[in-house]
Amino acid sequence: MSDIQIVEAPAGVEGSGFFATSMDKAIGLARSNSLWPLPFATSCCGIEFMATMGSHYDLSRFGAERLSFSPRQADLLMVMGTISKKMGPVLRQVYLQMAEPRWVMAVGACASSGGIFDTYSVLQGIDEVIPVDVYVPGCPPRPEAIIDGFMAIQQLVRTESLRRREEPKYQELLAKYGIQ
Amino acid sequence: MGKIANETLLQKLTDKFGEQVAQTGADYGLLTVETNKEVITDVLTFLKTDAALQFIFLTDLTAIHYPDQEKQIGVIYHLHSLTTNTRIRIKVFLTLDDLHIPTASTIWDGANWMERETYDFFGVIFDGHPDLRRILNVDDMTVFPMRKEFPLEDPNRIDKKDYFFGR
Amino acid sequence: MQNHPVYTDNDPQTEYSTLNLGPTHPATHGVFQNVLQMDGERIVSGVSTIGYIHRAFEKIAEHRPFYQITPLTDRLNYCSSPINNMGWHMTVEKLLNIQTPKRVDYMRVIIMELARIADHIICNGVLGVDTGAFTGFLYMMEHREEIYEIYEEICGSRLTTNIGRIGGFERNFNKIAFDKIRKFLVRFPPVLREFEALFNRNRIFVDRTKGVAAVTAEQALSYSWSGPILRATGVDYDVRAMEPYSSYEDFDFEVPVGENGDVYNRFLVRNEEMWQSLRIIEQALNKIEKEPTDIFHADVPAFYLPPKEEVYNNMEALIYHFKIVMGEVDTPTAEVYHAVEGANGELGFYLVNDGGRSPYRLHFRRPSFINYQMYAPMSKGMLLSDAIINMSSLNVIAGELDA
Repeated sequence: MSDIQIVEAPAGVEGSGFFATSMDKAIGLARSNSLWPLPFATSCCGIEFMATMGSHYDLSRFGAERLSFSPRQADLLMVMGTISKKMGPVLRQVYLQMAEPRWVMAVGACASSGGIFDTYSVLQGIDEVIPVDVYVPGCPPRPEAIIDGFMAIQQLVRTESLRRREEPKYQELLAKYGIQ
Repeated sequence: MGKIANETLLQKLTDKFGEQVAQTGADYGLLTVETNKEVITDVLTFLKTDAALQFIFLTDLTAIHYPDQEKQIGVIYHLHSLTTNTRIRIKVFLTLDDLHIPTASTIWDGANWMERETYDFFGVIFDGHPDLRRILNVDDMTVFPMRKEFPLEDPNRIDKKDYFFGR
Repeated sequence: MQNHPVYTDNDPQTEYSTLNLGPTHPATHGVFQNVLQMDGERIVSGVSTIGYIHRAFEKIAEHRPFYQITPLTDRLNYCSSPINNMGWHMTVEKLLNIQTPKRVDYMRVIIMELARIADHIICNGVLGVDTGAFTGFLYMMEHREEIYEIYEEICGSRLTTNIGRIGGFERNFNKIAFDKIRKFLVRFPPVLREFEALFNRNRIFVDRTKGVAAVTAEQALSYSWSGPILRATGVDYDVRAMEPYSSYEDFDFEVPVGENGDVYNRFLVRNEEMWQSLRIIEQALNKIEKEPTDIFHADVPAFYLPPKEEVYNNMEALIYHFKIVMGEVDTPTAEVYHAVEGANGELGFYLVNDGGRSPYRLHFRRPSFINYQMYAPMSKGMLLSDAIINMSSLNVIAGELDA
């Protein structure tokens, strides 16, 4: 039998017939359990992502059932695999097309740092072109590691304040990448 | 049909092309001949169409760079005769100031991308190629990265300090 | 068997739209870009752009010792990395004239055939997904996990295996590994049979794939195709049968061929190859039982790293360890071409050695790269949805395509 678990309510004030909590927490809870990932799979890690999505590991247990192949509706950009210099502008364009709030996960050594490919044609980590929230190490990471990275993203989403995206610090970060 | 002996194969080539084709080796039983760019198209066509040879399969086309030689760039063809199960390797060496060689894409359609790749990496210009552009590297690259003088690592990197690597 | 009007050049329609298929299109399973001129749903012409994950393997290989190139080959065709690993090891062994014991050969054959099955599972599963049948994919993926567990038991890694060493394996297969292989041989055939029952005579699937992207043998050979897609056109070229390596000549297996090289034929050829692979594995398991159980590498101390405890306690082992790690071993000045039957074609290694510890030049004959170049020309006149299925059945792996 399947063991269905429902996520616990955030801290708040409870009384007969009502429950009050802050907007941040309620929305964070909803968002973190219904992330729409955009799989930007270029190479080996993409195959491990396939395994993560497959029946054995099943990422949909974490509310990421629905892959969004259109960046417009995606919340989470999962970059899996080597990004070459030819691919860099494409990746950046995809990131720009995503609507706020957006999170980025660099899966695998290549996306995080260029990995073993320290060559003239490979971008040495995607953080040269877009800001990254979570890095997942491994070459390729096991599906468990990808899920762990995904849970770290969920944690971020759950605890982030609604206004974080308008903070000067965040704006400054984006400006550093030349993104308005 | 059984495998063609290297001697027979070489004999056939020298009968047809005389001194234009010469054996340079037979490492591990694979006959290697060298020829020049004037007759390379004829050699390839002969090998492909001769009824006894039938090297109909272009296995591979690539190049190699020897900076110390006078003719620095070598273009290397691997052909395979599927009916006789024989392979042959053909080399043509070119000087850096004249990197022109006739295309093989008129003989095999499959040579198209292999030649583009060779151009991309070594700068060999295949005359008569329908669409000789870079294929793997970015279009605005000006160097040919597989030549020996080109470094492996990105020369423009600033985040990699030599003292971290003890050099 | 096309039941729709075929586009001709005399068609009055002149306004075409441009469709950018890729580089990150969800239907392309990898990073390929095709700029297509579309007349409604029909492709008028297309241009392929590749190189989006070009990683300069050949350049890196010139800077690495032989044994450090194995991890690079992992990342060529990452769906079946053991074949690449062992192909590379056998190339170096050919260069160094190393004879591997029979047991090593059979162990290699088992792993290579498992890798072929894993690769074909993905290809045929994904072909099902692209024609709208997700079930087959989910059925088969579970058994790919079983293959990965076997890899893990043998080398500790799942996908990019780095399995084996020059001269053999880094460690012997343990009992659990053999048990898992035997278990796989029992558990997989019913699922494969079920998978075939789901697809082979499925009206929707047959209508979607039969006659799509049919290729003649002449065309395929002219484009230097190899592997299952060449065999689907009726040419029985298989490196395992033509130039047996790793004692393939000891095995009894068939090379399945198709008739007209369409998507349906490629699907059938791949399925049949999985059956043949299972046959080969079973034979290999039986043959291994007759071999001494403690041999898992060739006796080449100059190239095969000794175990660590021996390095600490044995003078000779220490010397060899030092020589190998510092690159003091002499290698012949020669050039060698070695080909193995990769999961999607002839995977060749052209190695030019100048006597040093790393290759002077190493060129990979990458089947995906060579097979893919016909894609744009053959898409001409095809429906877009057929072109997508065609791409899935070519099984182009981006890592191998772009090197």
